[in-house]
Amino acid sequence: MTARLKRLGLRGRNLVTAVPYLWLIVFFLIPFAIVLKISFSTTQIAMPPYEPLLHWAGEKMLQIQLNLANFAFLVQDDLYGTAYLNSIWVAGVSTLICLLIGYPIAYAIARSSPSTRNILMLLVVLPFWTSFLLRVYAWIGILKNNGLLNNFLLWIGVIDQPFQMLQTDFAVYVGIVYSYLPFMILPLYANLEKLDLTLLEAAEDLGCRPWQAFYKVTLPLSKPGIIAGCLLVFIPAVGEFVIPSLLGDPGMLMIGKVLWTEFFNNRDWPVASAVAIALLLFLVIPIMFYQRAQDAEAGGGVHR
Amino acid sequence: MSISIRAGLVGLLAATALAGCGKKQEAPPAAETAGAPAATAPASTEEKVVNVYNWSDYIDPKTLEQFTAETGIKVNYDVFDSNEVLETKLLAGNTGYDVVVPSASFLERQIKAGVFRKLDRSKIPNWDKLDAEVLQRVALHDPGNEHSVNFMWGTTGIGYNEGKVKAIDPNAPVDSFRMVFDPAVAAKFKDCGISVLDAPSEIVGVALAYLGKDPNSQAEADLKLAEDLLMKVRPYIRMIHSSNYIDALANGEICVAVGWSGDILQARDRAAEAGPGNVIKYSVPKEGTIIWFDMFAIPADAPHPDNAHTFIDFMNRPEMAAANSDFINYANGNSASFEKISEEVRSDPGIFPSAEVKAKLFPDLAESAEFTRLLNRSWTRFTTGK
Repeated sequence: MTARLKRLGLRGRNLVTAVPYLWLIVFFLIPFAIVLKISFSTTQIAMPPYEPLLHWAGEKMLQIQLNLANFAFLVQDDLYGTAYLNSIWVAGVSTLICLLIGYPIAYAIARSSPSTRNILMLLVVLPFWTSFLLRVYAWIGILKNNGLLNNFLLWIGVIDQPFQMLQTDFAVYVGIVYSYLPFMILPLYANLEKLDLTLLEAAEDLGCRPWQAFYKVTLPLSKPGIIAGCLLVFIPAVGEFVIPSLLGDPGMLMIGKVLWTEFFNNRDWPVASAVAIALLLFLVIPIMFYQRAQDAEAGGGVHR
Repeated sequence: MSISIRAGLVGLLAATALAGCGKKQEAPPAAETAGAPAATAPASTEEKVVNVYNWSDYIDPKTLEQFTAETGIKVNYDVFDSNEVLETKLLAGNTGYDVVVPSASFLERQIKAGVFRKLDRSKIPNWDKLDAEVLQRVALHDPGNEHSVNFMWGTTGIGYNEGKVKAIDPNAPVDSFRMVFDPAVAAKFKDCGISVLDAPSEIVGVALAYLGKDPNSQAEADLKLAEDLLMKVRPYIRMIHSSNYIDALANGEICVAVGWSGDILQARDRAAEAGPGNVIKYSVPKEGTIIWFDMFAIPADAPHPDNAHTFIDFMNRPEMAAANSDFINYANGNSASFEKISEEVRSDPGIFPSAEVKAKLFPDLAESAEFTRLLNRSWTRFTTGK
């Protein structure tokens, strides 16, 4: 058996590396191909609600019909461009806030004693034990006019009228930053924890003040962690639908909502698929940048 | 009748496990062969199972238990909470469901897409109990009532917090769409909070009715008129959502909502349970509004169509229809059940409007694909305020 597998080039190592490839093919490439296919189709009232790409014309003629109008449509109406830019803006600002909050937390955890470190890390991932949706709903209870935060502010006398926080952009940022902060902290912690402290000692010996040592040594060395954390926050935040829908102002136009409207309200699966493909292309570009940064980090010679 | 998000998917998992039934052993073995004609004999060869997909919190569980006890057919009961989720599943096909409950305006398109099978009325003896007016109104969506039977129906109207509204304006026109469509009135309730459904076709429809136009008009000029009206009041609207308003209305976060009758009555009950602080009322606007219908229908690829007919017929027994109306506070389309419904539900004008009010109700008919796109584009301009 083993010999036969070997003859086919299937050694143990190949089999193991095949698993992630198989995963990607089944759960990413095939769904992507289906969405891509639908994005070139035309909508119709039927099951499924789009026309097939391939059809027989005559006896031995198999025709393929690609409808490019769906992509052209995205450019013609400024709705889609505005929604993409808005989503990128919201995701970008949220990522920045996550970084500003997450970095000190990750740094503090990495510098604490090993026993407290585990407890602190547990606390960071603890929210994942409850449903994401439930945690967003909890924010409604905190931010609403008759909610925890407003009642607290009224009680201490900072305000004398409830302050409208729910259904504002502020609430969306709170929701996104809260939900995705652990994704920023985890890679940063993994990176900072490995930092060689003797490098900081050397910097101080050479006359660096602590903040200079941080700026010149710690920060550059933690760059891979920063990039990984930022991507993990930015990418899901761009397509975020639940948080703006539950907490945000209905006027906040994000691409997730546009996709919803195309798919469910217009029942136009082809245009909805085109929106999704375009969004994916928007997201692949930052990943390519990340890949390049990783390669540069690895010394340029070794390709990972 | 609500659009929801991931919550809907959570709901899908909530299948009811019904107590097993002694009669089950007597059931003939599953002998379904592909392409076999629908059983004509009264004794069906189907496996004793029916897969039902209905709105969440939309049935009296006792009626399901009784159905199984009498027929020996086990009910696999799944729930959804948005027409969109149901429609997507139906259009993708192979749902495995035998009975589904879309709203009539959605059903109308789904029939055209070939989603449903025609009903065999010989298997629904309780057909003669159905309300003639409801049948006639539903026929606008389902020509000839060939594909569906009404389960429950309701209206799209105004829910309001009586205390808060009267405190701001004792003469507020709570029985009129002026509450939200008249900028001078809506402006007063801006800080108190106004919510409208995220349902473009319905809100544009009632806006057109308010303007004295045909609510189902597909003319671009009319759409523009409705959009102008909506744009003028947009600054005063805080929430555009189809399910969040229930809690928000119940706990006083907002004080005026354009919503579905059943949802607002639910908000009323929740507010009453919470204490005397917020009193929620529902009114059917005098300009006339939408009457909507949630319909039983059988998918064309249903694995147990005979059991599906049996289920639909059972739920249309007057006793069962009345039990469900009592349990969920909705009006049903079964006229024989009316006197069996409790006095409290029967005499509630929010549930059973007077004949005079009913005369002004109009359907929300399905639009063409082209007009739907214009409508939703206009709706996005409204929601974003630009």
